[in-house]
Amino acid sequence: MTEQSNTGGPAASNEGLLTRLIRAAEIDTRMLGMLAAMLVIWVGFDIISSILRPGGGGLFGGSFLTSRNLWILLVQTSVIAVMTTGMVLVIVLRQIDLSVGSMLSIVAVATGVLQVFELGPMLGVGHPAIWIIAVLFAIVLGAAIGAFNGVLIAYGQIPSFIVTLGGLIAFSGAAFLIASGVTVAPMDKTFKLIGGNGPAASIGPVWSWALAAVACIGIGLAVVAGRRRRLTFNFKPKPVWAEILSVVVGCAAVLGTTAVVNSYLYPPRVAERFALDNKIPIPPGVENKAGQAICQAADKVVSCLDGLTFQTGYPIPVLIMLAVGLVMTFVARRTRFGRYVFATGGNPEAAELAGVNTKRLTVMVFTLMGALVGISAIIASARLDAATTALGTLNELYVIAAAVIGGTSLAGGIGTIFGAILGALLMQSLQSGMALLNVDSAYTNIVVGVVLVFAVFVDQIYRRRVK
Amino acid sequence: MSTETIAADSASQAAPLVEMNDISIAFGGIRAVDHASIDLYPGEVVGLLGHNGAGKSTLIKVLSGAYKRDSGTIRIDGRDAEISNPRDAKAFGIETIYQTLALADNVDAAANLYLGRELRTRWGTLDDIAMEAECRKVMGRLNPNFRRFKEPVKSLSGGQRQSVAIARAIHFNARILIMDEPTAALGPQETAQVGELIKQLKAQGIGIFLISHDIHDVFDLADRVTVMKNGRVVGTARVGDVTKDEVLGMIILGKCPPGAIPGPGAIKS
Repeated sequence: MTEQSNTGGPAASNEGLLTRLIRAAEIDTRMLGMLAAMLVIWVGFDIISSILRPGGGGLFGGSFLTSRNLWILLVQTSVIAVMTTGMVLVIVLRQIDLSVGSMLSIVAVATGVLQVFELGPMLGVGHPAIWIIAVLFAIVLGAAIGAFNGVLIAYGQIPSFIVTLGGLIAFSGAAFLIASGVTVAPMDKTFKLIGGNGPAASIGPVWSWALAAVACIGIGLAVVAGRRRRLTFNFKPKPVWAEILSVVVGCAAVLGTTAVVNSYLYPPRVAERFALDNKIPIPPGVENKAGQAICQAADKVVSCLDGLTFQTGYPIPVLIMLAVGLVMTFVARRTRFGRYVFATGGNPEAAELAGVNTKRLTVMVFTLMGALVGISAIIASARLDAATTALGTLNELYVIAAAVIGGTSLAGGIGTIFGAILGALLMQSLQSGMALLNVDSAYTNIVVGVVLVFAVFVDQIYRRRVK
Repeated sequence: MSTETIAADSASQAAPLVEMNDISIAFGGIRAVDHASIDLYPGEVVGLLGHNGAGKSTLIKVLSGAYKRDSGTIRIDGRDAEISNPRDAKAFGIETIYQTLALADNVDAAANLYLGRELRTRWGTLDDIAMEAECRKVMGRLNPNFRRFKEPVKSLSGGQRQSVAIARAIHFNARILIMDEPTAALGPQETAQVGELIKQLKAQGIGIFLISHDIHDVFDLADRVTVMKNGRVVGTARVGDVTKDEVLGMIILGKCPPGAIPGPGAIKS
């Protein structure tokens, strides 16, 4: 008996200390778990790819943890991540939106038709107003379709599953009609930048560092303001070390990400075109037939452009994703609207009795979802430089999966924006990683599906233990 | 015009806080409440008694705005009141503590306390810190042992949840309080606390409808009782004018004793 308590004693108090530390710092252990899972996946892919194809230049010799791959990974995540932030609110409200993929298609195609067949001829191709009109149109159209869904669900009292399932089928048909079955291309040249293609679609190293500095200062100010506010109400504030830790960790994440996107250099060909476009002198290289000192000899391109390195910095779609994530976190956590969404998801009857207009709230949430689909449609069609009917195919499932992997409970009332974005990044990591390893896409689908179910399974166990 | 003013003035001396007249509401073919009338004066506790399904919760939900009546009138302070949703009811100072507690389980005590009436900063954002500070004050009075301000109310005990529900009802200067089985989920000690609270609120001039099927509770706390059966009012009586046995007779048989004013639901003997 005494022996048992002796051996159990120190271990138990150790665990107690760790738990206490985590609690004092108000760290979300679930989020830590997700970050750990992400780390395992990233390192795993890098190591496996280093074995299969050595010399990738990654952190562990593979080709996953390279600045190039991570940069592309972020761009690829943005379309799903933007929509996922809206899906979190939809699911928290105990609803579902199965129509986001088809909605993306219809918005992309309509926006494409507008700029290519209407605005182009009317204003002249490349007119600076085109992209602005196109962007506004896409967001408003998305919001309108979302509002339509919301009205049917809230006032028509049709289950959201049915309304949006109908939308999934109907919207893709409508998208096909709008496009007359063809691919609408090319997009306006400014509009295209939103997709992150080409040198002008990233903000470059200087602005990236400036942005990172602003973000760091912002984190610091937010922590100080929060602490001061707690003190004015005589609340016990977090321990100082925990506050400092959260600033340091937040800043490190921002600076680390910035360092990664900045260390991705343009591929030689792109760098060359960029230099020519911007009249930046190219270091002397092989002369071409016309006698110009540009680098066209295939085998000498790299050496010729060694002196010509351009850091990319944050691409525009990633900035949009980050901005949407910030705004949506603010909406969910700091506004009355967000509070009502969570309260209603937790107990719709209670919210109604407390005076929340749950019907209007439902319409608002679906409208917001639609507007975010509009943003994603812009990014997706700009990135592809074309709008097709198939652009959003299956996106609804990835968006829902990302939200769920990110800890959103289908029972309603629980979910975070940050978690959902991480979920989207995690899923994209799996897909990109397996593509890097040349895994057949059929197997990729199997893995992603299994991970989805497994993530929810682990989540259930976690929640039960916390209880 | 003038007679009306005079009538209103003279009525205001002893005007009932609430008069519900001839209220009917049906769900499908079932008349849940059938021409029921009930009233409440300031500083008074009216116990509403009856079996499960007698229509007491339904009648009271008409007052709190959860259900819309099919017919009948509601007068607050002698004036016709249109109550068609919970927001209307709150505007009249009517607060309700529901049998099911009606808390949003996934948010904390402060968020529940202020649900629907959030405090906001000058930028229009939620002022969580101020709400928590107020919540600590209110809960400090109601339930001094309460410490779990950061946790979702789902993880609280029945008594703690009840204190949150009560705090929400009384924090916003309610004039009319509806308590639907307020002690159903509570232990003896907590039940006694709720009893104390009812006496305090009564002393402040708040009118209280106390719905219960525990006749002893009601006899201890109420000034008058109204008994319902099958959606109809059997009768209303001052607590001193009837015995518990007679009230039981009203509940079970629908028989109205001499000390009570019979309603439409009383059996003719």
